[in-house]
Amino acid sequence: MKLNRRLFLGTGAALTATLSAPAVFAQSKPRVVVIGGGAGGATAARYIAKDSDGAIDVTLVEPSRTYFTCFFSNLYLGGFKDLSDIGHTYGKLASDYGINVVHDWAVDVDRDARTVMLAGGATLSYDKLILSPGIDFVDGAVPGWDVTAQNAMPHAYKAGSQSELLRAQIEAMPEGGTFAMIAPPNPFRCPPGPYERVSMVAHKLKQINPTAKILVIDPKAKFSKQGLFEEGWTKHYSGMIERIGPDFGGDNVSVDPAAMTVDIDGSVESVDVCNVIPAMKAGRIAEIAGVTEGNWAPVNAADMSSKADPDVYVLGDASAQGDMPKSGFSANSQAKVCANAVRGALTGSKVFPARFSNTCWSLIHTDDGVKVGATYEATPEKIAKVDGFISQTGEDSALRKATYEESEGWYAGITADMFG
Amino acid sequence: MSARPFSVAMLWAVLCVTSARAEPIGDADAGARVFGKCKSCHEIGAGAENRVGPHLNMLFGRSAAGIDGFRYSASLERAGTNGVEWHAETLDAYIENPKAFASGTRMNFRGIGDPAERADLIAFLRRYSDNPANIPEADPTAVGIDHDVDPAILALEGDPDYGEYLSGECTTCHQSDGADRGIPSITGWPDEDFVIAMHAYKDKVRPHPVMQMVAGRLGDEEIAALAAYFASLGE
Ligand SMILES: Cc1cc2nc3c(=O)[nH]c(=O)nc-3n(C[C@H](O)[C@H](O)[C@H](O)COP(=O)(O)OP(=O)(O)OC[C@H]3O[C@@H](n4cnc5c(N)ncnc54)[C@H](O)[C@@H]3O)c2cc1C
Repeated sequence: MKLNRRLFLGTGAALTATLSAPAVFAQSKPRVVVIGGGAGGATAARYIAKDSDGAIDVTLVEPSRTYFTCFFSNLYLGGFKDLSDIGHTYGKLASDYGINVVHDWAVDVDRDARTVMLAGGATLSYDKLILSPGIDFVDGAVPGWDVTAQNAMPHAYKAGSQSELLRAQIEAMPEGGTFAMIAPPNPFRCPPGPYERVSMVAHKLKQINPTAKILVIDPKAKFSKQGLFEEGWTKHYSGMIERIGPDFGGDNVSVDPAAMTVDIDGSVESVDVCNVIPAMKAGRIAEIAGVTEGNWAPVNAADMSSKADPDVYVLGDASAQGDMPKSGFSANSQAKVCANAVRGALTGSKVFPARFSNTCWSLIHTDDGVKVGATYEATPEKIAKVDGFISQTGEDSALRKATYEESEGWYAGITADMFG
Repeated sequence: MSARPFSVAMLWAVLCVTSARAEPIGDADAGARVFGKCKSCHEIGAGAENRVGPHLNMLFGRSAAGIDGFRYSASLERAGTNGVEWHAETLDAYIENPKAFASGTRMNFRGIGDPAERADLIAFLRRYSDNPANIPEADPTAVGIDHDVDPAILALEGDPDYGEYLSGECTTCHQSDGADRGIPSITGWPDEDFVIAMHAYKDKVRPHPVMQMVAGRLGDEEIAALAAYFASLGE
């Protein structure tokens, strides 16, 4: 299959060789290319550049000039944050860390030639390639829905214009209307994400449209922090939220975006807003690079290197690594392990043993925050969970408020860790 | 409902482990003289009121930041929210090194290093709580307990390069430029304070599930390395 790609590239590869000729002379500096400037990619690029003090040439490929974090995008839907609060730019990575930030799409990877092709036509050579492209959706996961329907039925599972669209639709709902969410099957990015979203939409509707209803259609029997969310929903949004699990056909759903209907196990419902969160897979470029197996890219836990290629690393949501949830915190944690390993491989700097951790905060209502977290270690098979904790039901309001404030501190911390 | 962060049984376990250091309850009269160090900010006894610091009557069993209407630091508020109550053990740790216990505390006091002096002061403070009624059994004998860290551990020289690598686990939440928002700043602390604080989490004397989890799997060398690295950031 690799052979095929090389044949297919044909003239392109030859052209590349001529274009990148000067790189041969600049060989003295090892080159790292990072695809994707999100939680995993921005962190990896920043740590490699920062800690190698200019000894490694780092290029970051990311199409968006402003990265809107998915984390806290639910709080934007709930009215707790403005869109500008969750937007971040790449200026400091270029000016303070000397990273070559290229705003373009990576469209192909030739792992034999060790080059990355960009949509704009340029070719980048690498010694080490880091892929952190996040997620894409599985084709046909929700019959009737595809990306051409994402305006009628937004996913808002990549933040930015989709989040704005969904918020506008919620605000425009008729009095007493229905907001439907089609929740994704496992594994997916941010396990508590859909349920934090339900909480935030309920919070918004309670203020502007208190007789509106929320219908969650869920293929999963159980979900993350379920006890905490359900306690919160009863306490703050009594009677507003209904969840249809697989025992009532929540795993057999299709949509008609033109008619704005949802078919749940044969019974058709008209809805006013429909948030479709389809099944997910690794960002497409991981598949194009040939490092995926099934929907995700398997990696070695010790350094996040791909099981298919020791010169390619896969971070964050796109990777199949073991026990860590697909979260921004996890991607950031994995990026630092990877950065240390890549630096060691390219410059001989000391490589320390991998250690990972994650904490996910969710907001249920004003000042009602909860969290779940764990530490992890690298085993030969996978990233394995060591120890963990979760907020308890029945906690007093002062603790919940402190937990929310802590999440704001975390947000400031992780975005500074990503973007400088 | 906030329970004490550790049970009496656990406290006894700690007690026994460190019983070599346990001393008889301090001398309250000697403690009255030690209280001279506190007096410019704290009142105690009949008619005591809040001043720069809160009044110290009925202190035992009060939760940290527990007086309504007094303006505490966010750090101490957080300690209270997390279930810290004032007892001999927690007071001993706080008075020894206030900043190591609650990093952002407004109590502008370097601490008292001498355990005997602290024991005396705590015995004095106890006079102004409902003495002896309503004071948990363990308190009178718990005076010698603190999370004093083995001097051999305190003497470890941390490797700042290793600390820099390990710090990745901290900087997802604690900002490396020292900015503090909802989560305290940890840069520029004296090494020793950092080490004491981390061991207090590791030993579950300081409450906070995330920190207990993170500190729980750090070895002595790793804590020393982190202390060395974060101390260097404040320079
Ligand atoms: C609603 C919601 C709430 C969430 N809340 C939290 C939370 O509270 N805490 C938490 O830790 N996590 C949260 N997450 C999860 C978190 O956002 C993701 O896990 C995290 O962003 C994953 O990082 P990543 O680097 O893998 O991907 P991303 O951050 O998505 O970054 C991928 C980047 O790659 C770029 N890219 C993709 N393909 C290409 C290509 N071919 N060429 C160039 N660039 C490309 C994309 O433009 C994107 O910027 C939430 C997610 C959602 C949807």
